[in-house]
Amino acid sequence: MKTGAACVIDGLKKAGVKTIFGIPGGQVLDLFAALYHAPFEFILTRHEQGATHMADGYSRATGKVGCCLVTSGPGATNTVTGLATAYMDGIPMVCISGQVPSHMIGNDAFQEADTTGITRPVTKHNYLVKSVNDLPRIIAEAFQIAASGKPGPVLIDIPKDVQRATMTDAGATRQVIRQGKQPDLKGDPRRIRALADAINKAQRPLLYVGGGVIAGDAARELTALARKAGIPVTTTLMGLGAFPETDPLALRMLGMHGSVPANKAVSECDLLIAVGARFDDRVTGKISEFAPKAIKAHIDIDPSAIDKSVRTHIAVLGHVRHVLKALTPQVRAIRRTPWLRQIHAWQKAYPLTYERNASDLLPQFVIEQVDAVTRGNAIIVTDVGQHQMWATHFFRYTRPRTFLSSGGLGTMGYGLPAAIGAQAGLRDRTVITLAGDGSIQMNFQELVVAVEHDLPVKVIILNNGCLGMVRQWQEMFYKSEYSASQLGQSGRAKNERIRSTTNGYLPDFVKMAEAHGAVGMRVSKNREVQPALRKALAIHRPVVIECIVRPDENVYPMVPPGASLNEMIHSMA
Amino acid sequence: MKHVITALVENQPGVLARVVGLISGRGYNIESLNVAPTQDPNMSRMTIKVPGDDHVLEQVTRQLNKLVDVIRVSDLTGRRHLSRELVLVDVLAPAAKRAEVVQLAALFGARVASVQVRSVTLEMVGDEDTISNLLTLLKPHGIQDIARTGEIAVARGG
Ligand SMILES: Cc1cc2nc3c(=O)[nH]c(=O)nc-3n(C[C@H](O)[C@H](O)[C@H](O)COP(=O)(O)OP(=O)(O)OC[C@H]3O[C@@H](n4cnc5c(N)ncnc54)[C@H](O)[C@@H]3O)c2cc1C
Ligand SMILES: Cc1ncc(C[n+]2csc(CCOP(=O)(O)OP(=O)(O)O)c2C)c(N)n1
Repeated sequence: MKTGAACVIDGLKKAGVKTIFGIPGGQVLDLFAALYHAPFEFILTRHEQGATHMADGYSRATGKVGCCLVTSGPGATNTVTGLATAYMDGIPMVCISGQVPSHMIGNDAFQEADTTGITRPVTKHNYLVKSVNDLPRIIAEAFQIAASGKPGPVLIDIPKDVQRATMTDAGATRQVIRQGKQPDLKGDPRRIRALADAINKAQRPLLYVGGGVIAGDAARELTALARKAGIPVTTTLMGLGAFPETDPLALRMLGMHGSVPANKAVSECDLLIAVGARFDDRVTGKISEFAPKAIKAHIDIDPSAIDKSVRTHIAVLGHVRHVLKALTPQVRAIRRTPWLRQIHAWQKAYPLTYERNASDLLPQFVIEQVDAVTRGNAIIVTDVGQHQMWATHFFRYTRPRTFLSSGGLGTMGYGLPAAIGAQAGLRDRTVITLAGDGSIQMNFQELVVAVEHDLPVKVIILNNGCLGMVRQWQEMFYKSEYSASQLGQSGRAKNERIRSTTNGYLPDFVKMAEAHGAVGMRVSKNREVQPALRKALAIHRPVVIECIVRPDENVYPMVPPGASLNEMIHSMA
Repeated sequence: MKHVITALVENQPGVLARVVGLISGRGYNIESLNVAPTQDPNMSRMTIKVPGDDHVLEQVTRQLNKLVDVIRVSDLTGRRHLSRELVLVDVLAPAAKRAEVVQLAALFGARVASVQVRSVTLEMVGDEDTISNLLTLLKPHGIQDIARTGEIAVARGG
């Protein structure tokens, strides 16, 4: 009979796992011993947070369940941020952690942590495995739970003795998740009919499309509906790529840093159809004034997402793909000329733009150049901050799974490891990570992983010398007092002055890149950007391009916190 | 408003923490909680009494329903249901007062569970209001100790 460790390997094989990210340690040595002969690619990361973001990026790019493996105690606690990031954005992932032997649990054993306790609020489900005989069932279940309904991360904590034990009863617990836990996928036909009727009657309908359309692989069905019925489309940050942003019906992103036409359309529409979107507060602004003139409809697979923050009039519980397939034949092709004319007038009057004739290098310009040079064909992975918002503005997404970003948790340090994971899953795609000089320092160590595994990610650091998003809020709402947001020498508060005599900015990203085995470049002028990008794309190795950009550029438009979408700030007066 | 939520759950470690975590994570204080196995030893029934905003608790109920090891949840508030609670109360009752206390207990259908030299322990099953009434009337006699199970509830068929 098999050992627990062998059961795990078997279970992972059955689940179709190809790549595992992680770091070994005392309590997972048996798993690693079994892994030594197993047919998986194992990617040894340099931090467990990196492993979780890689599994997450792998999942977002490929649509498969990502997988990572870590040791007990500090190995497991290091996964918390990565699990929470995946949990907030509904990303399917299975994380296996080692645990101290069963009889020592609760004794403050060496490298013991209550991993299931700590990760309970940031996982869709977790397990502490008690018996080796449960392992086959638990592994199968974990992958099923991660990928079904609203997807999410699942953690399996396996004590060392369970990994070493021999199975005695293979069929002991064959029960898989109870029926009835499976949500209704098809959607109630009467509600779909009601939604079709509402669409057919509406004068000013609007589709508000979220990450659920990408998770549910329904971009094609969504596009078919929008084009047949002639309904304009705005997407959330998580929904970017679900509808081609090159289409005349595309209003781009809505919300706090959304486009003006998108936010105006929300405020004026008479029917708002939320498709796989969860009415996040970054999207709605002041909730009582969100889409005030509209009948609100919501298609979602998660019963607890319905009516969570906004009461809807027509709710269809089901899988987006099934619901859209049933809905589209029932809607009529109607030309709503006044509405579309209004939309096009807004699009013309309020394009996303910036100071195009600036003499110094602007971050928006760099991103536009990336779009131009890759002809929109790259997978863009971002960190968190201003550059993340500009990545939504100045790159046009036309396909799902091409914009990967930590939306719900907003995790700085996500970008580089997620890009590595994406590239590990899709080796022949161009993967580019756009990072801030703050965020990139949170997981820079993972660059060696890209070099080692021949994963030619391109890292573009938009170095504005500050924690830009924080700086912007301080400029706008905190009297320009830049408390702890300056990364360079100048502009620091008295109590955070740099004491050493280093001159200039630390670290030197070009040297960092080289020290990690990658290619490093630095640009600071407009005309250097395109050549550098072309050169980087031609090199089949990881490349870091540091772009020295204007330090005090702000993201506009912006809906101030607590305001309604109608009250956008277009620029600093 | 006070809500009575009942949940049928897998009889397994960790389930209680998960359910309670979901409620307490929102800053709600559970007033009473009762868990015990059902006729199927693989399943337990929980009855949770928690005061809170109707809309928020509707969300909580939906989220509880999503948990993998929660089989079924319903909020019984405002629906036909039967609820009971068991209380054990130890009251001062020296010989001179004993008859009076026992008589009072009898009015409520409470039983004398044990008799001590200076006190008696009463046991009573009832709904929340009746139990509170009994306790109010016993108070002047000197309540030494109370243990309550918290409400348990089942939905009633139509
Ligand atoms: C600095 C910063 C600024 C931000 N600014 C903005 C902004 O201006 N605008 C913006 O949009 N976002 C912004 N965000 C992101 C924001 O915080 C949220 O992450 C995002 O808006 C949520 O997107 P979503 O509603 O598409 O939900 P997701 O988190 O993607 O959730 C998907 C929804 O679809 C459902 N679903 C999943 N699968 C299916 C299926 N198969 N069928 C049906 N339904 C399904 C899920 O149940 C869920 O309700 C910002 C983030 C940061 C860090
Ligand atoms: C792990 C983490 N810590 C802190 C924050 C708060 N935060 C949000 S944006 C930001 C600044 C990001 O700076 P940088 O990466 O340089 O990007 P920029 O805004 O300058 O483009 C900070 C500190 C966060 N989102 N994540």
